[in-house]
Amino acid sequence: MAEAREQIEEIVRSNEIVLFMKGTELFPQCGFSSRAVAILEHLQVPFKTVDVLQDPQIREGIKEYSDWPTIPQLYVKGQFVGGSDIMMEMFESGELQQLVGTQAA
Amino acid sequence: MGMSAQQIERLIKGEIPDAEVTIVDLAGDGDHYSALVVSRTFAGLSRVQQHQKVYSALGGRMGGELHALQLKTAAPEEMDSG
Repeated sequence: MAEAREQIEEIVRSNEIVLFMKGTELFPQCGFSSRAVAILEHLQVPFKTVDVLQDPQIREGIKEYSDWPTIPQLYVKGQFVGGSDIMMEMFESGELQQLVGTQAA
Repeated sequence: MGMSAQQIERLIKGEIPDAEVTIVDLAGDGDHYSALVVSRTFAGLSRVQQHQKVYSALGGRMGGELHALQLKTAAPEEMDSG
């Protein structure tokens, strides 16, 4: 588990915007992950996705990492931002655009 | 096996007694819910911290027994402004 934590830390540190999700950007495997991807695509910023279904250690580890029981999880500039509900709220209020450095449309 | 809306509400109020909880069974299948939780105890907390309080009240069921819960939380004064 310590190994998973290090791996997660490395991913979060080396990617400005990273989404831990079920499935891939092209084929999300869950409605919440799909919604999260749609929001990020709308922002038109580059982002990395990590498919937790490919790695059970990451899948469990990421829940402990931010004390957050669900996936997807968004990290921006090394900070945990939230799950898809928070992403949607922040998108609607323009906070997410501000956070990733794009102007609200 | 899913959970009933009443079970979810009871768990949340168990830990956040003043919570006003509104639950909608989105798909009518007892498995996909949306919940609005308003509580004075959320004042001054970040969204992440507010959601964590609700998840903690659900005691580990989130992501397991309870797969799909869309969550929105707010303190009463936030409801007025937003």
